[in-house]
Amino acid sequence: MAGKIIINTERCKGCGLCVVVCPKNVIVVSEKSNSIGYFPARVSSDECTGCGSCAIICPDAIIEVFRDDSGEVEIVIEPGEEGGQKVIEENK
Amino acid sequence: MNPVADSIRDRNMTEEGRSSKGAGKRILMCGNEALAESAILAGCDAYFGYPITPQNEIPAYMSRRMPEEGRVFVQTESELAAINMVFGASATGKRAMTSSSSPGISLMQEGISYLAGAELPAVVVNVMRGGPGLGNIAPSQADYFQATRGGGHGDYRTIVLGPSGVQEMVDCMPLAFDLADQYRMTVMVLADGILGQMMEPVVLEKKPGRELPPKDWALTGAKGRKQNIVRSLWLPEGALEKLNNKMLDRYKEIEQNEVLCEKYEIDDADIVLVAYGFSARIVRSAVGRAREEGIKAGWIRPITLWPFPTEQISKAADEFRIFLVVEMSNGQMVEDVRLAVNGKSPVLFHGRPGGGIPTVDEILNKIRQLTLKPKT
Amino acid sequence: MKTVFKRTSTLKDCKTHYCPGCGHGIAHRLVAEIIDELDIRDRTIGIAPVGCAVLAYDYFDIDMVEVAHGRPPAVATGMKRTNPDKIIFSYQGDGDLASIGAAEILHAGHRGEQITVVFINNAVYGMTGGQMAPTTMLEQVTATTPKGRSAAEQGYPLQVSELLATLPGTVYIERCALSNVANVRKTKKAIKHAFELQLEGVEGMSLVEVLSPCPTYWRMSPAKAMEWIETNMMKVFPLGRLKG
Repeated sequence: MAGKIIINTERCKGCGLCVVVCPKNVIVVSEKSNSIGYFPARVSSDECTGCGSCAIICPDAIIEVFRDDSGEVEIVIEPGEEGGQKVIEENK
Repeated sequence: MNPVADSIRDRNMTEEGRSSKGAGKRILMCGNEALAESAILAGCDAYFGYPITPQNEIPAYMSRRMPEEGRVFVQTESELAAINMVFGASATGKRAMTSSSSPGISLMQEGISYLAGAELPAVVVNVMRGGPGLGNIAPSQADYFQATRGGGHGDYRTIVLGPSGVQEMVDCMPLAFDLADQYRMTVMVLADGILGQMMEPVVLEKKPGRELPPKDWALTGAKGRKQNIVRSLWLPEGALEKLNNKMLDRYKEIEQNEVLCEKYEIDDADIVLVAYGFSARIVRSAVGRAREEGIKAGWIRPITLWPFPTEQISKAADEFRIFLVVEMSNGQMVEDVRLAVNGKSPVLFHGRPGGGIPTVDEILNKIRQLTLKPKT
Repeated sequence: MKTVFKRTSTLKDCKTHYCPGCGHGIAHRLVAEIIDELDIRDRTIGIAPVGCAVLAYDYFDIDMVEVAHGRPPAVATGMKRTNPDKIIFSYQGDGDLASIGAAEILHAGHRGEQITVVFINNAVYGMTGGQMAPTTMLEQVTATTPKGRSAAEQGYPLQVSELLATLPGTVYIERCALSNVANVRKTKKAIKHAFELQLEGVEGMSLVEVLSPCPTYWRMSPAKAMEWIETNMMKVFPLGRLKG
């Protein structure tokens, strides 16, 4: 995987916005609640590209995003149609 | 404008030089303008105000003089905005003031409550006019309750100064700013339409003020320190109660240390008149004439209306004598006098509401009646 | 691995009281990031509104003041006029700015006060239980429009940005939305521009109107609320730079 995210599940309020915006559908809502009673987001696959969309939309700023900067794959985010976005992986 | 006042100001002088040139010089000024100049000498950084009769001379004077001194002047869109601009400037540690008259002061009550809750210093000048409602533009003292009893919501007090002449309007301003800064609260200067308009000789000079605590609570940008927050909302259990009790302790300190009042010929008096502001001048004349007629009359003039000179009046009531309270209203300060006298002596009232002004003869007749001394 | 995204320091690392999916969280983060990117934490003073964001000072690690409902533009005037070197911004909701504070924002704009205003428009009064706001849309059901807003009874939704753009004293007015990632980025650009104008000493007031979701009082899931901004709100409140 080129990217990685860490979600602070104890502070997550389970709003689900990150789930919706993730272009790779990496994030899902947990079936187990956190200690406050929200069902937090969690990572469910290793397809993360480190695009950062989840962190940009997260209202609680509880997602940290990391990206592999090995230089082999460059990740480009472009505004897509109707305000969405396209993630293009270009091989250098 | 006042050409005589202009003559003491040399535009090229520093503030120090300007004030030392003016120091000790007696000049003729109207109350509103003298108050304004005095505020400038007291270091007022910002004036925010809205026009309303009978205090329009204050914003007009400030609009000319504040920019001359490199200070801030804004004519606001409303009195509501004015008190909030004062709030803003004060929150950053500046000396800010506003002025208005009765209906405008009503609009400021929300702001005054917020200033109290946020523990911010501020100076508010009320040049009282006839009310209630739009009323008229004649002088009045019918905002005493509003000034001393809160006016805004919540448990708070406002220091209230009641000048009774143009020199006292001048002397009030440095005192008001110092008290506001020292105690972190609003100080209201309660004048009236006559005091604002009348012209008397005054001496304007910059006097050394009190030693004041630093404003380390002020919002100046959190450079090298924790954030400062100016607020009046305290939701956690007990927090607001704690703030209110802290304020109460402060008020008790003020009641101990800041009462100002003047007395005249109390010791042998059969009748003691109590009046403040312009009414006190009429009372002074009436008492003078009464004494000439052999009536043993005296007067007490509260200068701070809050803290009220309760002790002084109570002491005067220790010996049985008649108290006659005179106000340009239907009786507001009289209630505080009654509380102070506490049943030891009778407290009577003579007043003229709605912009009416009592005459010396009126008061003198009342004195004669009450002391059963017909005119000889 | 390189860190692509991490919480910025001016945004305090604490739980917020905002509902799940509330736009305030996003907007707060954007403002905090801008303060850090422009390195102005040391000279910025923020004004919190009365509204859901009343406790904003618990989330922004800068000097802040909380004032009476609607009065931030007047308070900002008092602050900026006496401290021209400080960066003064107000952060207000639709009740605070467009209802009780209508005179204050109009006159601050009219006088051209050099302040930055972040206006969060979520078409409803969140803090007090979802009542109608001046920006509530026609047919929108709220606590005080149980049958939906009607033009005849309650008037039309107020387009604050259009109104303020007519005033010569305003220098920059833009409307953005938080409805998707691309729009969030554009919102950040706009708010940053508004701060930069004040930093550069450009005369006039800057205001960025941000269409923001209120899932709780729109009675929708956060995801649906974001959609609703795009399908409904943007029709009445078109995005774009209205001035500057």
